[in-house]
Amino acid sequence: MLKVENLHVSVEGKEILKGINLEIGAGEVHAIMGPNGSGKSTLSYVLSGREGYDITEGRVLFNGKDLFEMSVEERAWAGVFLAFQYPVEVPGVSNIYFLKAALNGIRKFQGLDELDAMDFISMVKNKMKDLDMDEKFLYRAVNEGFSGGEKKRNEILQMSVLEPTLCLLDETDSGLDIDALQIVAKGVNRLRDPKRSFVLVTHYQRLLDYIKPDYVHVLAHGKVVKSGGPELALELEEKGYAWVDEKIAS
Amino acid sequence: MSASNENLKDMIGQEYKDGFVTDIESESFPPGLNEDVIRALSAKKEEPEFLLEWRLEAYRHWLTMEHPEWSFVEFPKIDFQDISYYSAPKSMDDGPKSLDEVDPELISTYNKLGIPLEEQMRLAGVAVDAVFDSVSVATTFKDKLAEAGVIFCSFSEAVKEHPELIKQYLGTVVSQFDNFYAALNAAVFSDGSFVYIPKGVRCPMELSTYFRINAANTGQFERTLIVADEGSHVSYLEGCTAPMRDENQLHAAVVELVILKDAEIKYSTVQNWYPGDENGLGGIYNFVTKRAECREENAKVSWTQVETGSAITWKYPSVVLKGDNSIGEFYSVALTNNYQQADTGTKMMHIGKNTSSTIISKGISAGHGQNTYRGLVKVGRNAENARNYTQCDSLLMGDQCGAHTFPYIETKHPSATIEHEASTSKISEDQLFYCMQRGISAEDAVSMIVNGFCKEVFKELPMEFAVEAQALLGISLEGSVG
Repeated sequence: MLKVENLHVSVEGKEILKGINLEIGAGEVHAIMGPNGSGKSTLSYVLSGREGYDITEGRVLFNGKDLFEMSVEERAWAGVFLAFQYPVEVPGVSNIYFLKAALNGIRKFQGLDELDAMDFISMVKNKMKDLDMDEKFLYRAVNEGFSGGEKKRNEILQMSVLEPTLCLLDETDSGLDIDALQIVAKGVNRLRDPKRSFVLVTHYQRLLDYIKPDYVHVLAHGKVVKSGGPELALELEEKGYAWVDEKIAS
Repeated sequence: MSASNENLKDMIGQEYKDGFVTDIESESFPPGLNEDVIRALSAKKEEPEFLLEWRLEAYRHWLTMEHPEWSFVEFPKIDFQDISYYSAPKSMDDGPKSLDEVDPELISTYNKLGIPLEEQMRLAGVAVDAVFDSVSVATTFKDKLAEAGVIFCSFSEAVKEHPELIKQYLGTVVSQFDNFYAALNAAVFSDGSFVYIPKGVRCPMELSTYFRINAANTGQFERTLIVADEGSHVSYLEGCTAPMRDENQLHAAVVELVILKDAEIKYSTVQNWYPGDENGLGGIYNFVTKRAECREENAKVSWTQVETGSAITWKYPSVVLKGDNSIGEFYSVALTNNYQQADTGTKMMHIGKNTSSTIISKGISAGHGQNTYRGLVKVGRNAENARNYTQCDSLLMGDQCGAHTFPYIETKHPSATIEHEASTSKISEDQLFYCMQRGISAEDAVSMIVNGFCKEVFKELPMEFAVEAQALLGISLEGSVG
């Protein structure tokens, strides 16, 4: 599904990613872990198409297509979804309206008609129940005045409504208490599907207690320094990121 | 420049879509202004003596006045002798009795603007008094209104049919000496609309007037007078578009609202006159005096305006809260793009006891646009327990535009409660990226964000006007779902 080949990325002349290689198959869950400043968030922004990142080398194929040839919206329409570390507030725009505009944008791309208003609402309301979200969230402005946990749940709600094929979760666990973390993880697990892949970008292992990854990659200084199974995350948790640095040094 | 900035530019740089000129033979005065022109104008309109005298008094006073220079707008000096003060579509002389008799080209003009009269009459139940170049050519639903006792006609017609009402109310809110442009308007006003809602009557439909400026170099001096008698209620809609043109056109209208005991007027405006091209060439000068007087107790008025057009917008729909417990509201969206300038806001004059006012102003600046909010909240000596809430927000798009706020507060009573909130924000790259990452195109995202910003004002507009307002900002309707 996603193939990252020798990806080099700079921001304002400073190289952040220094040759990343990753291959993510359909239905797989990959965790990308690393210390602060290792380039984790940069990777998710570059994949989703945010501005301000210079791709100096390498390429990324998404279902065989050159991802960097696609605009931000085109990537979204094709199934790339980024759950933001800091979801953005859009004052005056209700959640339900935002969701509908987003879904219709994607449906239009897929050659489908707009969803009937009643069908749409009942579909969204069902998904909200799964995330333990109150219906009144639908009529509040997007993320405005939401608590940290509410914002993250809202990201997962959007994900479940838009049904992307590649879900990038950027530090989704940050700022969540244990209850909220469980709800979010349950929401993500419900979306696991043989046709859908996940990339979990996280600093801590604890998210992986709830969302079991198939692969774990350790990112440090702009490179993947170690890849392995779920046990790698546990090892990291135990030994800390300093251990990774030592390994690089040796 | 970054890609989304480019998108922003494309989005806000859309050309004026209503730019075309209707070819109707105009019967016009040659340019120039003196007492003879005013006499000729008054004679052409077969006006009674008192009105001619009123005009002449205004004119003589105007001659002693200086052009006001205090606003935050810039434009070359206007040569008032270079303006023609009368222009009427020729077909008017025969006087169309029904829509069938209206010049088909006029009808087609409305159709091009998406204002099919017949459709509107049938579907929306809106009576339309269309002002085409200074003279009303189509007035509809007269019968239904007459049944309710509502008078809704052109100003000229009101002068002929109801001179006693005109004499009683004309100039009682905005005197013919009020300010430079109001005095000029009083001297040379060509036509406009008149509404009278009798005691206890709730107007059975929304009243709507579409304005259009058409003949070249014709100053438009509309005069609107609305009187809501005791316990009555009316919602009035004013909307306008204009053809594309290079020369600046002056529009100096006066709107007077009189609200008596327990009555209410809701006055909504969507203004989309030609704003000039992207280099700031041409466009309408919109210098308007709008004022409402809540003359008696429990009177209520609300001004809602969406101002997207004109090269220069200079107006302050105001409320004199004379009656005890009277209420004044002002909701405004003003958008300036390219080289447009707007200096707009309101004045709330609290005179009676327990009066309250609300001001919600949303300014959007893009391109090289300059947007100024100027507001006055004045609480008089006897205005016990006056309350005001003011919120003015500015949204900036790009880095060449400006937003300015001049709130004035004067209070002479210690019991007054006055709140003022203000904010200035930009459409952030973060917001755009967030929307686009969810599959919403940049254009739609900008529309959505701007629409969200204006929501508090749009929700005050009657439904059909809200739709027009959205179309003007290039946005889709908020809250249409759920």
